[in-house]
Amino acid sequence: MESIADKLIGAFLKRGVVVVSCLIIGCATSQPLYYWGNYEEIIYQMYIKPGAADPGTQVQKLKEDVNIASSEGKLAPPGLHAHLGYMYFLQGNTHDALLEFEAEKKLFPESAKFVDGLTGRIKK
Amino acid sequence: MTSLSRNFKLLLPVLLVIISGCTTTPPFDYASFRQHQPRSILVLPPLNQTTDVDAPYTYLSTITRPLAECGYYVFPVAVVDAYMKENGLPSAEEMHGVALDKIRNIIGADAVLYVTIEEWGQKYVVIQSITTIKAKAQLIDTASGEVIWQGTQAVSQGSGGGGDPIAMLITAAVAQIINTMVDYTHDLSRVAHYGMIYNTEQGFLAGPYLPPQGNDHC
Repeated sequence: MESIADKLIGAFLKRGVVVVSCLIIGCATSQPLYYWGNYEEIIYQMYIKPGAADPGTQVQKLKEDVNIASSEGKLAPPGLHAHLGYMYFLQGNTHDALLEFEAEKKLFPESAKFVDGLTGRIKK
Repeated sequence: MTSLSRNFKLLLPVLLVIISGCTTTPPFDYASFRQHQPRSILVLPPLNQTTDVDAPYTYLSTITRPLAECGYYVFPVAVVDAYMKENGLPSAEEMHGVALDKIRNIIGADAVLYVTIEEWGQKYVVIQSITTIKAKAQLIDTASGEVIWQGTQAVSQGSGGGGDPIAMLITAAVAQIINTMVDYTHDLSRVAHYGMIYNTEQGFLAGPYLPPQGNDHC
């Protein structure tokens, strides 16, 4: 005869994979504040797998993320628009870089000082 | 053996990951954190005391999400890193040496998270391999220079070993899930960050973007 505690642990084990993946991808809050998409994976790749995430690839993936986030009514995470703007800048696309910096500032006023500094340097 | 104790053994690998970051120290004193409650956090590339050259940027690439989901604005880690490198600060050591008032005036961060990585990677102990991450971190208020939070994150993920064949099977399965991803430390660093930040006795207080909940932690 199984005890209640045993049943609970058994049920927990069946969900072990879910628990592990939760630990890995994070689900500390039931409803994430942001749509994370490729942002952190891209940062990992640009440092650890050089060549796997050139600015063109990053722009494409991050634009996808922005589109998915807005179509699902979710917010892009802190830093994503600024990062995307920086990638546009590396491509020589100043126009879109400035648009993304503005988007970062609008979503997160805390970024204003840093983003204004970047904008000033680009416009020079 | 009762099925309870067997099941408990099966759970151990999962539990080990969850609890190995715990300490026996009393709850953290949050007076300074509350007084200087930051809205925005700058995470600088960590100092690296290990031989693994990938450790600092693996750490950096996984820290934004747990901090942002805790309610903080987190400056774009890679953009800040590039910005500092372009401005004559090629290494983490030099970035950590930048004066707080300069960080406040140029980047506008309310607080800076300074991290030192102490252990990183796999060790082979008899028949099992253990992946360990250990890092200490300090959150410093850029206006007052006060340390408003500090902690150590330490997690280990074992694979293999044990005597119970079923336990070994489950352990192997868990290890395989981790294995199929990019590398051990990449995933374990996420686990470590959550252990550090989402701890109601030692972790972070919730930031301004997190809707109010039962307590003031995230």
